[in-house]
Amino acid sequence: MLLGRLWDHDLAWSFRRSPVTVAAAALTLACVGAALLSPWLAPQNPFDAAALNLNDAFKPPAWETGGDPAYLLGTDNQGRDILSTIMYGARVSLGVGLASVLFSLLLGVSAGLVSGYFGGRIDAVMMRIADVQLSFPAILIALLIDGVARVALPSDRHDAIAIPVLIVAIGLSTWVNYARTVRGSTMVEKEKEYVQAARVIGRRPLAILLSHVLPNVLGPVLVIATINIAVAIITEATLSFLGVGVPPTEPSLGTLIRVGNEFLYSGEWWIAVFPGVALVILVLSVNLLGDWLRDALNPKLR
Amino acid sequence: MILDIKNLRVEFPTRRGTLVAVDDVSLGIAPGEVLGLVGESGAGKTLTGLAIIGLLEPPGRIAAGEVRLEGRRIDNLPHEELRRVRGRRIGVVFQDPLTSLNPLYTVGEQLEETILTHLPLSKSQARTRALSLLREVGIPAPEARLHQYPHQFSGGMRQRVVIALALAAEPSLVIADEPTTALDVSIQAQVIALLKRLARERGTAVMLITHDMGVIAETAQRVAVMYAGRLVEIGPVREVIHSPRHPYTAGLMGSIPKISARRDRHLAQIEGAMPRLNAIPPGCPFNPRCPRRFERCLVARPHLVPAGASQAACWLHAAP
Amino acid sequence: MPLLSPLLTLTRVSRDFDVSAPWLNRVIERQPRRTLRAVDDVSFEVAGGETLALVGESGCGKSTVARLIVGLYAPSAGHVEFRGRRMQMIFQDPYASLNPRWRVKDIVAEPIKLLGTKAKIGDMLMQVGLSPDDGEKYPHEFSGGQRQRISIARALAGEPDFLVCDEPTSALDVSVQAQILNLMSALQERLGLTYIFISHNLAVVSHIADRVGVMYLGRVVELAPAAELFTRPRHPYTRMLLDAVPDLGMSGKPRTPVGGEVPNPLAPPSGCAFHPRCPHANERCRREQPQVIDNVACHAVEERRINLAAQS
Repeated sequence: MLLGRLWDHDLAWSFRRSPVTVAAAALTLACVGAALLSPWLAPQNPFDAAALNLNDAFKPPAWETGGDPAYLLGTDNQGRDILSTIMYGARVSLGVGLASVLFSLLLGVSAGLVSGYFGGRIDAVMMRIADVQLSFPAILIALLIDGVARVALPSDRHDAIAIPVLIVAIGLSTWVNYARTVRGSTMVEKEKEYVQAARVIGRRPLAILLSHVLPNVLGPVLVIATINIAVAIITEATLSFLGVGVPPTEPSLGTLIRVGNEFLYSGEWWIAVFPGVALVILVLSVNLLGDWLRDALNPKLR
Repeated sequence: MILDIKNLRVEFPTRRGTLVAVDDVSLGIAPGEVLGLVGESGAGKTLTGLAIIGLLEPPGRIAAGEVRLEGRRIDNLPHEELRRVRGRRIGVVFQDPLTSLNPLYTVGEQLEETILTHLPLSKSQARTRALSLLREVGIPAPEARLHQYPHQFSGGMRQRVVIALALAAEPSLVIADEPTTALDVSIQAQVIALLKRLARERGTAVMLITHDMGVIAETAQRVAVMYAGRLVEIGPVREVIHSPRHPYTAGLMGSIPKISARRDRHLAQIEGAMPRLNAIPPGCPFNPRCPRRFERCLVARPHLVPAGASQAACWLHAAP
Repeated sequence: MPLLSPLLTLTRVSRDFDVSAPWLNRVIERQPRRTLRAVDDVSFEVAGGETLALVGESGCGKSTVARLIVGLYAPSAGHVEFRGRRMQMIFQDPYASLNPRWRVKDIVAEPIKLLGTKAKIGDMLMQVGLSPDDGEKYPHEFSGGQRQRISIARALAGEPDFLVCDEPTSALDVSVQAQILNLMSALQERLGLTYIFISHNLAVVSHIADRVGVMYLGRVVELAPAAELFTRPRHPYTRMLLDAVPDLGMSGKPRTPVGGEVPNPLAPPSGCAFHPRCPHANERCRREQPQVIDNVACHAVEERRINLAAQS
């Protein structure tokens, strides 16, 4: 019965209406599923050195001459199955993307709430910090933080810390967007009478912020966040491509593209192209989902 | 008759069925007459006004009936023609003077643009007209005011400018939708007096849409009362206010607070609320709340019949 | 002479707002600091069980006074003394005064949980004419009038003895307004509540108020028992307000033409703020602000220049 109610809900109805969205959702689900379940689904664990067979290196995709049906999309220079590397790589990409967006959300929403509700000096200071940060490109900020971390931390810890640092770096480069949106919405909600009613009843500001204001300002932010997952994935891919992202022991799609780049001109195109295509598909489907979510949550368009 | 509406029906197709927001409304306004269209929120009065000027937002549409302006049908005109008619022959005054005026242009520019669009005048002639319009609506020092921006006017003055704008092309019909609701009470009185005077002096027909019976009492000659999309009573203002023939009108008049020396705590009230458009009961839409209903009211829908000096859609007045 | 001390006393309360441009703009454009005096030297008392109405047009400060009373603002001068147990407030906009993401039962339960009152949610809802099942619904499922009832239920759940009502019926249709006003009267009698009722509508106020205070540009210009105010208004602004109320009786009574508009509170006129619009203004009115004498702040009344015969 609950499923029936869900099916009938406005959101589900607009979802069902658009075939593009349904396709996008199916695709995203497939990608995400494959990525998350890679240890069980992948034909091979490409990062387990023992499972590799150097004789199988540089095999082209299965449908080409010389291809092997066991390695559907071919193998790389170390005999790793490309399909498996893509699945594992997507897992890392998705993981870093989601985590950095979550971190960014936490930081940005808190900052926006406090800034918008209390105003005054706190607001002025925070917005100036935000303004300054916005004048730098996100990649640059991520590079900066990553670079500083590398210098600051002992080199033997690099690999272990690399991914959390990466998440923090990407997260710090995008928190401002959420903060500004939430600040604007908070300033509007603060003046509304239900907030004043809560104050009259005697609730403390923190309680009002969390229980009254937050549920009402989260909507647009979630939409931005969904779209930002795609951006985060690309940022991470860029950083990894540049060599300053994930450590080589846990490659993401970006790393794979970088690695494959070296072999592009010697004819083994599949090593770079397939991870590239996978990245595009992943990002596209997340974007489409975000688009639909924004339209569906916009009451004016309903 | 400047405006003649017959059996107007406005519908909103939704995925849960078609909602009828205006149902079989017929009325007419003579030159120089102010007709009040009164009703509570959701009664359909604003939609009636929008249907007349062709500004219904899709998916809303006129499903039946006709609207005639000076004898000519305007509800079935193509877009372009309707747009020209709307600017030239019909003037509109909306509720919020702040959003009715473009904040980026001076008042003079907006007036002159309207005048030049619809009347074959030169720029200097348009300027002169704009000045005389501002004077007519009671704005002091119009020469200076012409060059000012809307935000430099106070609320009441802005509404006067909006009225001037509505009159700029010499329309034969003015539709005013809650023109005084956003104004202070002392300014309301001024704007009401202005509308009355302009209708009388220019012979313009005025449709005054409002929920405020007091404003109608001061301004209109006749009043039409709407309920759940239907016209339930129409007649001379004195009659409808002092001797309402429809139980809803009577209930409405009773619930209006009036200043009296004798402090009367209790206001007459109508139980319940106006039905939503998707839940209009069969028979007479007012029957669940009507203190005088009987069996016929539950099954058959009443139409307007003569009742005293007015007309009322009520079985109490129909011949058996 | 009341035996008990008044439930609420305002003594020379003022409230200023800083409406200067942001600091950076002020420094660059050399603009001075600007202050808006929204409430100016207001004093009055409210006795237990009565309804005091504050009326006035936009910018008169009545809503600010309401918020000063309830503690949403602190006075810039003077003080507010409340001798009752608890105060609650009802707001004007039925659509913004309930959190759209909360269920009705949670909205009504909030004061119960915070203040530890013994009220029961179902009882509160029934008291305002709703059903206990309505607790499961969200605010958007209700009409404007029903939402105001929910607001009243929330206020009552806090077991107040004093209710500040800021234009509670201004956003409602006339027939719904009548229901809510009747409800509020009935609740006052049943629960022994004291009301401060803010409104711009004199007719509404005449049905619910025991005493009426008229405000203009932040000051109380007249304060009188309702019956007296409506039959023998003294201050020229009160008279003008009463005259401006549309005449439903259609008696054809001649009305004094009303002139001018409420001035900008940032640049109030000198002396008596009403003098530009006042038919009785003299030189003294232009220079000097009138003091409140016998509950009226007007030089013309003080100097007996106005004919105070009853207006009916």
